[in-house]
Amino acid sequence: MKVIVVAGTPGAGKTSVLLNTIKFLKEQQVKIAVAKIDCLYTEDQIRFKKTDVPTMIGLSRDMCPDHYTIYNMGEMVSFAREHTADMLIVETAGLCHRCAPYTTNGLGVCVIDATTGPNTPLKVGPFLSTANVVAITKGDMISQAEREIFRERVMEMNAGCRIIETNGLTGKGTAELAGCFAEAPVFNYSEDHLRHNAPFSICTLCVGEMHIEKKYHRGVLRHINGVQEYKGE
Amino acid sequence: MGKDTTMIESITILPGKNKLGIAEAFSRIDIYPGEIVGVVGPTGSGKSAFIEDIEQLAQADTSTHRSVLINGCVPDISMRFDPKKKLIAQLSQNMNFLADMTVREFLLLHAKCRGKNMNMVEQVVYHANTLTGEPITEDMNLTVLSGGQSRSLMVADVAFISDSPIVLIDEIENAGIKKHQAMELLSGKGKIILVVTHDPLLALLTGRRLVMKNGGVEKIFNTTDHETDLCVELNRMDSELFRIRERVRLGEEIVA
Ligand SMILES: Nc1nc2c(ncn2[C@@H]2O[C@H](COP(=O)(O)OP(=O)(O)OP(=O)(O)O)[C@@H](O)[C@H]2O)c(=O)[nH]1
Ligand SMILES: Nc1ncnc2c1ncn2[C@@H]1O[C@H](COP(=O)(O)OP(=O)(O)OP(=O)(O)O)[C@@H](O)[C@H]1O
Ligand SMILES: [Mg+2]
Ligand SMILES: [Mg+2]
Ligand SMILES: [Zn+2]
Repeated sequence: MKVIVVAGTPGAGKTSVLLNTIKFLKEQQVKIAVAKIDCLYTEDQIRFKKTDVPTMIGLSRDMCPDHYTIYNMGEMVSFAREHTADMLIVETAGLCHRCAPYTTNGLGVCVIDATTGPNTPLKVGPFLSTANVVAITKGDMISQAEREIFRERVMEMNAGCRIIETNGLTGKGTAELAGCFAEAPVFNYSEDHLRHNAPFSICTLCVGEMHIEKKYHRGVLRHINGVQEYKGE
Repeated sequence: MGKDTTMIESITILPGKNKLGIAEAFSRIDIYPGEIVGVVGPTGSGKSAFIEDIEQLAQADTSTHRSVLINGCVPDISMRFDPKKKLIAQLSQNMNFLADMTVREFLLLHAKCRGKNMNMVEQVVYHANTLTGEPITEDMNLTVLSGGQSRSLMVADVAFISDSPIVLIDEIENAGIKKHQAMELLSGKGKIILVVTHDPLLALLTGRRLVMKNGGVEKIFNTTDHETDLCVELNRMDSELFRIRERVRLGEEIVA
């Protein structure tokens, strides 16, 4: 089975682009299952179900959505297997700019909205810089010059990626993206590794500390002046 | 311009389907250097989609299913995406910039993307200012520019930094800028030019025009001699209108 992990900020156009791609792949007889991971709320399952592909959702709640995606990869793969799918597509909210849920033998796809401006690629971190494919959306809303600058910035952050200019509304780029999905390597749950290590900074805030004052905090802590220290037993 | 720039001998558009899924009636449209082709039709009829197919060098992979050939052949993939090898400059219909940076930063970055000389900023801003009213300065933020100022800067940017053998122009008349001057800046000699327009003056200025309907090319018209003559007359009326408009803008009273 192939596993495609699609990450991108809220509203970037992940679902719109995926619906086009799924339609295209289905015409080529690819059997697909979809999993959507979000933090608190999603209605994407309704849109995916309209394409008649088996769809599951997961809400990460208190957990980082990327950590949650990684932690539940086994369940999602089993779900896809139960539906005899050849391809599992995971749509995940790219909210945490320090993590990226891509694995060594999964295809990592970053969906990024060009209207958010040419500095966005510099801000979003590993879910862009470690992706195999970067799908740029909403180019229809900006000038050719801005599209070209945006593209250049993406290349600065991830020189080896394949950039596809897509449009969630018109389906631009669908065939190319579907081609990348189809060429993805075979995923192996027990052998696959993360491409980018999840941040190690575990602090007392992570486990429920409510005080603000510095003296209450333990763990790997980073000061605003850039100094990082470990405080604790 | 880079050494590896391909010489353009022609572009060809092969038919796709209109919004109803019906095949377009033409067999192919070939356009050669030095030609100006108009694209006309009601709002929503697919004019912008048509020139976007050309910008993307579509290969039956857009919603219209059209294909575009360069010099009679399927273009190399790098031509589609690498801005340094791009043969196509596009002035799209967008009226505003969304990028949060200064005019100067924007022009420098764009010149870098296109592999162009970095000292063009002054020239671009100068020419942009010949098209608009209140002046644009290099240190202004793109997002504070008015519609007309933004369009003027876009025109000058396309003319000098995106300077390419194929130029696609979408509704140059839509922000009240000096459209004839803007057309002149954009249409260098020996270029292939497509102009989407609702303005009869610009439409009759072209050698032929594609009439869009329902997402497809419905007709292809060659401009007649009568239309060319009419265009001269219309231009005279337009300059008169322009003169009066400028005076109204400047707060003058118009007397007989
Ligand atoms: N103009 C334009 N709008 C787009 C494009 N792609 C998507 N949209 C619109 O952007 C909005 C968000 O798209 P979605 O596909 O729901 O985005 P998403 O990334 O799946 O969002 P979440 O799952 O909520 O994080 C919708 O209104 C889409 O119609 C595009 O290429 N151009
Ligand atoms: N052949 C086609 N098949 C399917 N959809 C199409 C086709 N041609 C155009 N469309 C879609 O129709 C809509 C309107 O087209 P477009 O924006 O090109 O119109 P327009 O003529 O430029 O209108 P305006 O004068 O308002 O700018 C767009 O969403 C476009 O993607
Ligand atoms: Mg979604
Ligand atoms: Mg249009
Ligand atoms: Zn995280």
